[in-house]
Amino acid sequence: MSPRTERLARTWSDPPGLRGFLTTVDHKRIAARYIVVTMALLALDGLVAVDMRLQLAFPGLQRLHAQGFNEAFSLHGSGMMFLVSVPVMEAMAIWLVPLMLGQRNMAFPRLNAFSFWMYLGGVLMIWVPHIANVTPDLGWFEYAPLSGPAYSPGHRADVWAQMITFTEVAALAASVNTFVTIMRLRPPGMTLARMPLFLWAMLITSLMTIFALPAVMLVTSMLIADRLVATHFFDVAAGGDVILFQHLFWFFGHPEVYIIFIPALGFVAAIVETFCRRPTFGYVPIVLSLVAIGVLAFGLWVHHMFATGLPRLGNSLYTAASLVIAIPAGLQIFCYIATIWSGRPRFRTPLMWVVAFIVTFVIGGLSGLMTASAPLDLQLTDTYFVVAHLHYVLIGGALFPLFGAFVYWYPKATGRLMSEAWGKVSFWLIVGGFNLGFFPMHLLGLMGMPRRIYTYPPETGWGPLNIVATAGAAIAALGAAIFVANALLSLRRGAVAGADPWGGSTLEWSTASPPPPHNFDYTPLVKDRTPLWTGGQPQLDGLALDRRELLLTTPVEALPDYRQRSPGPSVWPLLTALAVGAMFVGSIFTPWALVLGALPVGAAVTGWFWPKRRES
Amino acid sequence: MRRRIAIGLALGLGGCAGRQSALDPASDQAVALHGLLGLMLAVCGIAYLLVLLFLGWALWRHRRRLDHAVELEPHDRVLQLGLGAWAGLMALGLVVLIGGSFLVDRTLARHDEAAADIRVTGHQWWWRLEYRDPAGGWIETANELHLPANRPTRIEIRSADVIHSFWIPNLSGKIDMIPGRTNHLTVTPRRLGWVRGQCAEFCGLQHARMALEVKVDTPEDFAAWLAGQARPAAAPSSPGAARGLSLIASGTCASCHRIRGAVGGGRAGPDLTHLASRRSLAAGTLPMSRGALGGWITQPQALKPGAEMPASGLAPDEALAIVSYLEGLR
Amino acid sequence: MSAERDAGVVGDLSHLPDTAIGPRNLIWWGTLGFMLIEGVAFLLAAGVYLYLRGQAGPWPPSSPPPDLAWGTAFTVLLLLSEIPNRWIDRRARAHDARAVRIGLVVMAVLGVALMVLRAFEFAHLNVRWDHDAYGSATWMLLFLHTVHVLTDLGDTIVLGACLFTRRIDPSHFADVDDNAGYWSFVVLSWLPIYALVYWGPRLL
Repeated sequence: MSPRTERLARTWSDPPGLRGFLTTVDHKRIAARYIVVTMALLALDGLVAVDMRLQLAFPGLQRLHAQGFNEAFSLHGSGMMFLVSVPVMEAMAIWLVPLMLGQRNMAFPRLNAFSFWMYLGGVLMIWVPHIANVTPDLGWFEYAPLSGPAYSPGHRADVWAQMITFTEVAALAASVNTFVTIMRLRPPGMTLARMPLFLWAMLITSLMTIFALPAVMLVTSMLIADRLVATHFFDVAAGGDVILFQHLFWFFGHPEVYIIFIPALGFVAAIVETFCRRPTFGYVPIVLSLVAIGVLAFGLWVHHMFATGLPRLGNSLYTAASLVIAIPAGLQIFCYIATIWSGRPRFRTPLMWVVAFIVTFVIGGLSGLMTASAPLDLQLTDTYFVVAHLHYVLIGGALFPLFGAFVYWYPKATGRLMSEAWGKVSFWLIVGGFNLGFFPMHLLGLMGMPRRIYTYPPETGWGPLNIVATAGAAIAALGAAIFVANALLSLRRGAVAGADPWGGSTLEWSTASPPPPHNFDYTPLVKDRTPLWTGGQPQLDGLALDRRELLLTTPVEALPDYRQRSPGPSVWPLLTALAVGAMFVGSIFTPWALVLGALPVGAAVTGWFWPKRRES
Repeated sequence: MRRRIAIGLALGLGGCAGRQSALDPASDQAVALHGLLGLMLAVCGIAYLLVLLFLGWALWRHRRRLDHAVELEPHDRVLQLGLGAWAGLMALGLVVLIGGSFLVDRTLARHDEAAADIRVTGHQWWWRLEYRDPAGGWIETANELHLPANRPTRIEIRSADVIHSFWIPNLSGKIDMIPGRTNHLTVTPRRLGWVRGQCAEFCGLQHARMALEVKVDTPEDFAAWLAGQARPAAAPSSPGAARGLSLIASGTCASCHRIRGAVGGGRAGPDLTHLASRRSLAAGTLPMSRGALGGWITQPQALKPGAEMPASGLAPDEALAIVSYLEGLR
Repeated sequence: MSAERDAGVVGDLSHLPDTAIGPRNLIWWGTLGFMLIEGVAFLLAAGVYLYLRGQAGPWPPSSPPPDLAWGTAFTVLLLLSEIPNRWIDRRARAHDARAVRIGLVVMAVLGVALMVLRAFEFAHLNVRWDHDAYGSATWMLLFLHTVHVLTDLGDTIVLGACLFTRRIDPSHFADVDDNAGYWSFVVLSWLPIYALVYWGPRLL
């Protein structure tokens, strides 16, 4: 280790032990804890799903009764949507964005730490009540008036609503951080036109999050207000409207699924570039497609409400818009296949996951076209057809690329490679099991099976396909277990990876594996889209070695602008999260919690921002 | 490709024929939607095939490649043309789908202005049905829908509590039952016989047990059935049944149930005037039989936990008397 | 560990300044992000109000409209507060420590006065939040804006306490500029809410 590296490492390290654990603002450590928790929840919520599949394997089973089943699909859906899919994508961004930018940390390190603690609060907000038997049981979108005070007394619906409040604060904090990092912390020379596609994906995702998440925070707060202080937003008798709930929820809910999907497209673009040994084909069309999807996504939400009886003309317009969004998605699929076609592909597991993504996600996209048609959707919505569709796009479109990304960047994060052989085994089990499990559900929906039913009579004839679906789910679960075992065992037993085991094109591959606390010894100077492939890596010196400093560049042209002091380890994000968490939990029981809770929150935020020396 | 063959087999093997299936359309509306489904499958199938062919070609092309050097300036002209062609093809496909969807929507909208012949109100976890009486007024029943064939019937859809969804896959797409809102549906059945509907919007604990039996009759049979439903309840045919009637009228049953011509009764629960003419009990949960009736009135919570009907606390002989009365309500 | 690259170091950044003010300042971008979030929330809340109005017959359904006097008084004072706000921003950019300290006290006093007016506004809305959906929507709009006023007032007070207890350096001036920008957002975002709460019942 050179003296320079040593000094930087010391400046950017955390205090040892528990103190370091609680006060770290190192983006790599924060991302790691996010990923560990989201993957643990993926496993838990996946087991909940296996439980449901066992109950539905045969007609009339009594393994899980109505209450248990309703809690299961609520826990599964809410967990997967709010506690797994979005946070894991944010986590990958938190880990990768500074590394791909040649940077030492994100724009707002303490906000980063705060966002994790708030996310953890969300996890506890639903799992502790679950253990205490107050599990939400109305699904992952709890429509009013079923979720209102008249039909759901007790606190289950409040638990669900506040879990969302926690996770949305976390997501918004992470998104502002990601957005500002990408806009102001790019290395000199990395203009927007030279930015890796993954960073474009995260830029668009973070903006979408900023515009979409306030809607769900608002609607869940309105629901809690209806339940707690007798407001009448969703109370028809007092001038309220239950469809208002759906408009607000889906105004968030539709962009939400693209918030999950667009980072996955970023993974695919990165993987396909490295493993096909050529810059991804269609950079400009892909960027334009990502922007188009990001914008169009906000104009589709009514397609979740086609059965509510809104005027036909409006429905037709939303049908057209929902079909048109297929074009930017389809263009990207072409570009990724074109990269493989024209490149020199090496079929290691990350690229295999990309192929699985194409084959699987496109089925989901096509079933989405079917549900986009307002009249046809009246046969498909709220049935197992939609269950099939949503799992094809979420698992095929987001999880498969995530698994590929995981294998791809695992050596950079840990210094070791995962086992290729076991990777292939888990790949085939997961992909095969998934398709076996979910394809039959398209048919089940067409055969009349509605969603969210805990049992069905034998005369419906749904039994055989349900058995197939259950078998597929079990196989996929086995594959997932092998994948996780591979990840854990490879930490010790994997082949040692150097800085650049795959021959990648982007800046993260220019530093050690795992990276030192400060990520990079120097500031890279970027000349094109594939800095590591063009050879001769010019660098800039000048940032301080003995205090934490980040280089700010201009938003579009990435010209060096000024040096910003960056905060080191701090306990304030944790204390603030505890104060905010207490306020949120308290406000389920009394509105005074908002007033009383504001005082500790104010104190914590004051402590956070109170300047020490010259820090911001 | 294998998946398409699999669907074909499944459909061919009778997976489609069914009493609760969108793949076995029995009305004008369901036939139109089935046609649209076919159009979608065709266009989407072609699109998927093209994607798989391109991908397959891309993978096949490199199966023996050994050289993995980086290519920094690839010649992408052909691919750019391909991208443009693909964009055009997708646009074309979408125009076809948008057009097809719009045309089917116009077909379904044909009777949007008609007056309603039937009113259905969703409850947690049963259906209140009211048929327009040719002689004026409305005839109330529950949980079993009868429709005349070969005529459009306009149905008015409401909810008394939470959001439900009214869905009879063989006859029509679904429409939500929303408190504070009145929705409508038109059905023109073409095939006689029984089909089954089910609530399709999660509405609470027993959402899974809110089914609807549907009978399509010839217009003559329908009119005869409706006339029968319009008549007041049959008088008790035995002393046991008479005792049953008095138990109903004087006990808790009357607080929620009405039997026209016999028990004034409340309207919180289903109308029982012609209970025994129905095929099933508790919204499709149980078949109509002596045993089911007895079990339901004594222990509804055991059969459908959470249902609004409380345990009656009846002694066995009282329950028997009530069942003998109810059995006669055809 | 990273080996020294042969390509080597081609430039030096240490001459760059170590603070910036306004849109060049990193914190300004964070504040922008939060203004976007809050702006969307306001827009959606306004949407809720208009949607419920669209579903209703008479509006307000069964209450008199809110008293115009208190709301208009608040609006006038809020608009007037932009004058010292813009002044303190100019003084901060000119690195005038004394003026900035005075300005923060003025803004804090104005903020407290506005909160007093806001309390009277709530008391004279002439409808309770639990009376009907109109009441709930009206209280929601006012509540959301109040939270923002309180947040910036808190920020102003803490910033003031900070700057009175130490020597002010350029990064602190940047914070004052940032806080002034946020206050302008609080002022601007009030205007459509004022229109809805006070004129909605009279004009819609």
